[in-house]
Amino acid sequence: MNLTIDHILAGISAGGQYALIAIGYTMVYGILRLINFAHGDVFMASGLIIVYLTTAMPLQYAIPVVVIATVLLGFLIERAAYKPLRQAPRMSVMISAIGVSYLIQNLALYITGGLPQTYPSIPWVSDSVEIFGAITKRVTVITPILTLILVVLLVVLIRYTKIGMAMRAVSKDFETSQLMGIKINKVISTTFIIGSFLACIGSLLYFTSYQSVTPTSGAMPGLKAFVAAVFGGIGSIPGAVVGAFVIGICENIIKSSTDFSIFSDAFTFALLIIVLCVKPTGLFGEKTTDKV
Amino acid sequence: MKNKKIVYKAIDIALIVVLFALVFLADQFLPSYDIKFKVLQKGAVFALVAVSMNLLNGFTGLFSLGQAGFMLLGAYTYAIFTIPNESRLAVYKYYTMTNAAGEEVGGLVQTVLPMGIAIILAGVVAAVFAYFIGLPVLRLKSDYLAIASLGFAEILRAICQWKGLGTLTNGSNQLRMYPYFNSIMPYFLIAGLCIAIIALLIKSTYGRAFKAIRDDEIAAEAMGINLAKHKMISFVTSSFFAGVGGALFAMYQNTIQAKPFTTTLTYEILLIVVIGGIGSISGSVFASFLYIACSEWWLRFLDTDGVIPGLTRNGFRLVVFSAAIMVIVLFFRRGIMGDKEFSTERLVKGAKNLGSRFSKKKEVK
Amino acid sequence: MKKIVALVLAALMLTVMFAGCGDNTNTDDTNTDEKVITIGIYEPASGSNGAGGKQETLGIKYAHSVCPTVEIGGETYTVKLEAADNQSSNDKAPTAAAELISKGAKVVLGSYGSGVSIAASDTFKNAGVPVIGVTCTNPQVTEGNDHYFRICFLDPFQGTVLANYAYELGYRTAYTLAENGNDYDEGLAYYFTQAFTALGGTVENANFPENTSDFNSYITNAETAGADVIFAPTSINYAQLIVEQAAAKGADIALMASDTWDSNQVLAAAAGKDIDIQVTTFYQEGGNAEFDEGFKAWLNSDAQNITDNGGNDMIAAVSAMGYDAYFVALEAIKAAGSTDSAAIMEAIWDVNYTGVTGPITFEGDVNGDAVRTTAYIKKANTETVAWDFVKEQGVN
Repeated sequence: MNLTIDHILAGISAGGQYALIAIGYTMVYGILRLINFAHGDVFMASGLIIVYLTTAMPLQYAIPVVVIATVLLGFLIERAAYKPLRQAPRMSVMISAIGVSYLIQNLALYITGGLPQTYPSIPWVSDSVEIFGAITKRVTVITPILTLILVVLLVVLIRYTKIGMAMRAVSKDFETSQLMGIKINKVISTTFIIGSFLACIGSLLYFTSYQSVTPTSGAMPGLKAFVAAVFGGIGSIPGAVVGAFVIGICENIIKSSTDFSIFSDAFTFALLIIVLCVKPTGLFGEKTTDKV
Repeated sequence: MKNKKIVYKAIDIALIVVLFALVFLADQFLPSYDIKFKVLQKGAVFALVAVSMNLLNGFTGLFSLGQAGFMLLGAYTYAIFTIPNESRLAVYKYYTMTNAAGEEVGGLVQTVLPMGIAIILAGVVAAVFAYFIGLPVLRLKSDYLAIASLGFAEILRAICQWKGLGTLTNGSNQLRMYPYFNSIMPYFLIAGLCIAIIALLIKSTYGRAFKAIRDDEIAAEAMGINLAKHKMISFVTSSFFAGVGGALFAMYQNTIQAKPFTTTLTYEILLIVVIGGIGSISGSVFASFLYIACSEWWLRFLDTDGVIPGLTRNGFRLVVFSAAIMVIVLFFRRGIMGDKEFSTERLVKGAKNLGSRFSKKKEVK
Repeated sequence: MKKIVALVLAALMLTVMFAGCGDNTNTDDTNTDEKVITIGIYEPASGSNGAGGKQETLGIKYAHSVCPTVEIGGETYTVKLEAADNQSSNDKAPTAAAELISKGAKVVLGSYGSGVSIAASDTFKNAGVPVIGVTCTNPQVTEGNDHYFRICFLDPFQGTVLANYAYELGYRTAYTLAENGNDYDEGLAYYFTQAFTALGGTVENANFPENTSDFNSYITNAETAGADVIFAPTSINYAQLIVEQAAAKGADIALMASDTWDSNQVLAAAAGKDIDIQVTTFYQEGGNAEFDEGFKAWLNSDAQNITDNGGNDMIAAVSAMGYDAYFVALEAIKAAGSTDSAAIMEAIWDVNYTGVTGPITFEGDVNGDAVRTTAYIKKANTETVAWDFVKEQGVN
């Protein structure tokens, strides 16, 4: 094991990327009690969209367009695949999510023809800089900072705006909030829009670091982000962020050992199982009581 | 009325006999490299695995996503214990070691078991692991159970690929040269036998307890059903048959490696269960043949350039396929069979209903 | 209602299934009328090896466009190509192989990637169809069977060539990076390690899980291990990421790889960056002017070809190999004088063909591997974005 500053830096950067995806999971779960398996694929699709956009327009236009496209995609998935199943058992919705994930991956496979797509370099952000004696891309440093700014903004949104209040109400009690006149569908759509927006930013940062998009690119980051959300206590935004950074850093510490580096993915799941067994509500999760 | 029931039962049994007779004929006439041969083999394997998953998800209401992990254990156990000793040196190329006599041998295991025993052992190993995994995991509730079992499957895969166990598992490299059945019948017999055992289990008091747990855990507990015990029985049984399914899968493939046992494989099995109907054994069986035939054979023409100009090219098959699955998930949520079983009686009744419905429609006009 | 539809569907499925089983007509009958012989292309078009598989297929298709007919026993047969995608995945291999045989393939070419070749081997064997491996370099592909041939060099050779060359360049510590569960990667890393340690160098072996995209930690590990060179015989997907990340880290470490990296997509990732990449390969562009010119013109004639080739008309060595494989198959068919697979299988042993990648002969090899004694070493020129030829290297 040869731990260096590089590993820690890589870990923090990975943590920031996972955090942005994890927020999408945690918010959707908080409101719908649904593991949105397709979220990781929305993240991948966002990366793919910009690859194709940059062949048609310059990058400064492509970035706003991709944000809109990703948000729209998230919104449409909710409307098409989850809304019709609102009264169905939870297992059906989860299966629908798996189905959507399968569909997006296959669609990506079809469009790309199975070839990995090279992600465009974003000037300045992609440049190498030196930090604490380690050379890395500027994006590595930007990621955690940007993540924290976005999280603070999001917390403010949820605490102090009307829609935020509605979200909190819905996640506390779905039926009662409906009775109180909250437009459930609007709240859910907003949740998906925010989640997809953050996934899009996450994808910009992630693929700037690792410039190759394949149909399965979203699967692993997606699963890890979900684990991060559970680790931090699903439904809690700060929890998801802390969880993401813990997982990102731990994973890179494992990778620093040549013998055990292939366990870097498995470790994430081991951590999850330990957390679930010891403290099922996660680090910051609230204790929920089952209603009969 | 009673007589009629007996007649229907007799027809059901006759149908199964006819099915096996057809398999026998297929074995006589189909060469082993024929695509239909492969589809029938793979269909039988997936039917078994899908039914084992259905036992857990459909009948006990435990949403577990660990099936690929248990298949992996079964496949590896089977392969490791059946590779002939003379072939081991070639298989365990990178992990040779010297035995007590000072000869160079391939791998740690030098015991060769007969195929039948190895298949059972495959199930047992999966079941033992399932017991220990079940201890912590089965305490969790729906989504958490799903994600934790999925996690365990990933961990098992990483362990099987670990170089530290290379002398046992051949690292992440392929295991091959083990014996396999080069006909369809054994797959149908083994899968059929296992499915019959699962069906009997579901019909027994245990099965009724499983269903009670699925429908309402708290009520089931109040009725005196030991939740932990029954959940564990279901989980271990399901894993045992997933292990046997894994052994058959290894045979079907001729070579085996930990790499394909990913969550994608579990999702595929889950989708088969959904298409067939959650809680229907016959549904899972139909669906698995349908699924395998579509994905591996019938829809392949969609991958060929120019069938529909500008649209069909590599990958289109999977797009059509996954879109069709979404339609089933959204609009035919009950799948082919819902939670009912196939029987001639139901078929005849269904046909009668259909007939009367049409005649009614005419009357309205 | 749904129930009935479902039942009807299920019944229909069963009947079709068994009706399908009943008809046992083979494509043979039609062949004799139309004078067609089918050659199967068993290549990945998707998955982690999709990019390489497509380039190899391009070479085969070009060869077909050059010579779409073959003389068999005095009669002219049209060659028909049939492709099946093995999705770079071992569990899809048996059905993809069966698909080719169902389509009437008499001889099969492929695959790019050794794992899928090994996995499908028995299906082809049971059908009695000979297969000519194009760039599957793992020894286990042809070992212990009669039907699998191969026109490229093998991992022990390539690994040793690379180890010798690395040692010649003065490297003493190497770090190998292989994808977990990939027979190609693991085989090369193993033979490289054997040869390099035999020369007196030290090697550290690392594996990464499938779908890894963050290689930063691995590159850091190589640096802290004091490695002079990272040997990464991975597929193109990972190659792009490794090159990109090593360059961004400003790692003062050379990269070395095998034939998979000989791709314009790896070059594109290295373009304009300060990085040292050297690879061994089967063919060097410029090796045969006629082939180069014809192939480029053919690539440019169709936009889809350019897309499949990775966006430009640079010639990948695997395309040249695919081209040669097709002609080896034609030679064997001609020599066999029949469309019968068994006769073709026999005839392959005696093929003596000089292709664009050099002479190909199976003489004196028990496994059916072509005798190859040299590999080309190329270095990535990051300014001109081209491969510079360094030298030919063999095992002394």
